[in-house]
Amino acid sequence: MSTFWSWWIIAMTVITTVGVCWVLFANRKVVLKEKPKDGEVPKTGHVYDGIEEYENPLPGWWFNMFVATVVFSIIYLILYPGLGNFPGVLGWTSEGQWQQQEQKAEDRFEAVYATFEGQSIEELALNPKAFKIGRRLFGNNCAVCHGSDGGGSYGFPNLTDADWLYGGTPKDIEVSITHGRRGAMPSWTSVIGEDGISQVTEYLFKIGGGEHDTALASTGETVFSTYCTSCHGVDGKGIQAFGAPNLIDDVWLYGRSPEMIKTSIRRGRKGIMPAQIEQLHESKIRLLTSYVYSMSQR
Amino acid sequence: MVNTEETHRQTSGDETHVLYLYETRKKIYARRFVGFFRKLKKRSGIPLLLGYLLLPWWQIDGRQAVWFDLPERQFHILWMTFWPQDFMLLAWLLIICAFALFTVTVLVGRVWCGFSCPQTVWTMMFMGVERFFEGGRNKRIKLDLAPWNFNKVWRKSGKHIGWLLIAFVTGFTFVAYFNPVRELTVEIFTFSAQPPAVFWIAFFTAMTYMNAGYLREQVCKYMCPYARFQSVMFDSDTLVVSYDEVRGEPRGARKKGSDYVADGLGDCVDCTLCVQVCPVGIDIRDGLQSDCISCGLCIDACDAIMEKVEYPKKLISFTTENRLNKTKSRILRPRLMAYLLALAAMVSLFSYALLTRVPLELDIIRDRSLLYRETSRGLIENIYTLRINNMDNRDHQYQIKVAGDYDFEMLGEQLVTVSAGEVFTHLLRLKLDPGLLKAGNTDVTFILTSTQDEKLTDSEESRFIGPFLL
Repeated sequence: MSTFWSWWIIAMTVITTVGVCWVLFANRKVVLKEKPKDGEVPKTGHVYDGIEEYENPLPGWWFNMFVATVVFSIIYLILYPGLGNFPGVLGWTSEGQWQQQEQKAEDRFEAVYATFEGQSIEELALNPKAFKIGRRLFGNNCAVCHGSDGGGSYGFPNLTDADWLYGGTPKDIEVSITHGRRGAMPSWTSVIGEDGISQVTEYLFKIGGGEHDTALASTGETVFSTYCTSCHGVDGKGIQAFGAPNLIDDVWLYGRSPEMIKTSIRRGRKGIMPAQIEQLHESKIRLLTSYVYSMSQR
Repeated sequence: MVNTEETHRQTSGDETHVLYLYETRKKIYARRFVGFFRKLKKRSGIPLLLGYLLLPWWQIDGRQAVWFDLPERQFHILWMTFWPQDFMLLAWLLIICAFALFTVTVLVGRVWCGFSCPQTVWTMMFMGVERFFEGGRNKRIKLDLAPWNFNKVWRKSGKHIGWLLIAFVTGFTFVAYFNPVRELTVEIFTFSAQPPAVFWIAFFTAMTYMNAGYLREQVCKYMCPYARFQSVMFDSDTLVVSYDEVRGEPRGARKKGSDYVADGLGDCVDCTLCVQVCPVGIDIRDGLQSDCISCGLCIDACDAIMEKVEYPKKLISFTTENRLNKTKSRILRPRLMAYLLALAAMVSLFSYALLTRVPLELDIIRDRSLLYRETSRGLIENIYTLRINNMDNRDHQYQIKVAGDYDFEMLGEQLVTVSAGEVFTHLLRLKLDPGLLKAGNTDVTFILTSTQDEKLTDSEESRFIGPFLL
């Protein structure tokens, strides 16, 4: 950026300041042509549309206050940014002030978090104070996807039940929050075709204990054992190490109807839990973990 | 306004005349004169002053009776505790106060200024200290002109120490309304008070010292808006401090017992005592002026002189323009009645609102990111966060109920205990079979009722959202 506007602002500020001083000092008194008559209130000689102005002086300390504002502005412009690109003697910036405030808040809360150090997640889950802080953290950072009650919804896992994609031990939960999780169900259309998808779906209803077409399900079993068991396990109960869900229970993250299940196989699913370590740091994640853990234990 | 002040005007030479647009303040040396109005002022002022100074020391149920707790955002006034949500009441109270001021102004002009305004009350106190150390009006003028010597130094410093003491007590008391006075007193004398408290005490001490010691009538003349818009409320039937010009003029000195009527003189003996006693430095004989604070001290002075020279009193008095012009004057006029009626209506409405105020506040925050949730059984769930603010001074147990067009199933605790002054966050879910829903969404009302007191109830509306129906 050229320095033109900087110099423009500097010039305008200086001209205005000098101009204001001139207006102030030039208007302290008026020179009258005639001597005012005795016993008559003198007029200032100012006439606007035939309306004359009586002399009605302001208190002298007002003048001093005007001067003080000018002096203040000059001191301010030296100390703080204001004159074009001149950063001011104090080096103040709005960003610096924000950082200072943030640091202050950080220091204040770090002391609170420090009181929970050395306690295990299980212990923290029973600590009412940690629970309250955890609930606030959850409300601010997690509730937008998982719901205020942690009950989840379509595409976002329920955190209050016993069913876990990546494991429900304190350690597992802490890892999930810290580093995030990435679902990796691929699309199967090109591999097993639309017929294969229908057959596997029927098979899933069979092992889940629902109504199903026996013939389709038995072909589906072959397709399942060929392509699905490596992640979902031979019994279809899922493998938490891969985040592959249990397919024989009642919990369906992306819908339980045949059409929804087919869509999941057809297109694949890439559910993402973002990593929180950058935003929250360890101390807050520990409290969040204990809160999430306590929700699932109730 | 006609300006009679001419000392600011200076002439230089014969041809050109310079007019200064700023004037230096002419110090006012008010003479003390005891009479009816000064006594009245004292009798009305002392209880108000004592009230201000002693109120913070009063305790109710172990806490300060009047305590504006800013960090906690709770405002304790006697037996009640107000929250920021109640600020509507404060707004109404201020409107009522302003309206009461207008009503009084219609009736008797600026008596507020002359008798109850802190600016006047503190100025009078400071003038008392001034008189104690420096003596009466003439002595003070002489002292100011005298060269600096021991006598002047000790009198002046005594005055300033006295002023600062009063100012400190004022500032301290003011801060005590925000910071419990018992702790503050200990902290101040052990030099362990919090920096904000010290700053505000110093600030209000300095302001009191400046306002009552130096600025005095300048505050009324140049800062106070009330003086500027009073002319809107005055009419010819308003009681104002007035000089009876017909009776008094032409003014002039006279020998005792002389036939002044024959000499063509009026009742005014031109003793200028009314000017000398005036705390704002005006001459009431010039007529009603915006500077006049209706303190009545000139009436005291004039009446005393009239008594001395054996003329009838009330040459200067609280009277109306119409009476002075010998026309019919009605004090109880429709305008005043209308003001009084409106004031009475406002006061009763306000008292009603205050007495029936429910110290309970319910807020519903519906989960917005999830419009609804489908359970594994295909039912629709909505999630609500309830913020229950118990503004009462004791703990309460509340029963939560929900009302709407459908028979919702409520999941979550329906009985909650909230301690006094707590803002309690509570999670609730409503569940419904989507087949029952006749529209995509419906209104629901949450009702909170104390189990101890049925009158303690609040309700808040929210929505229940289901799948979009075509």
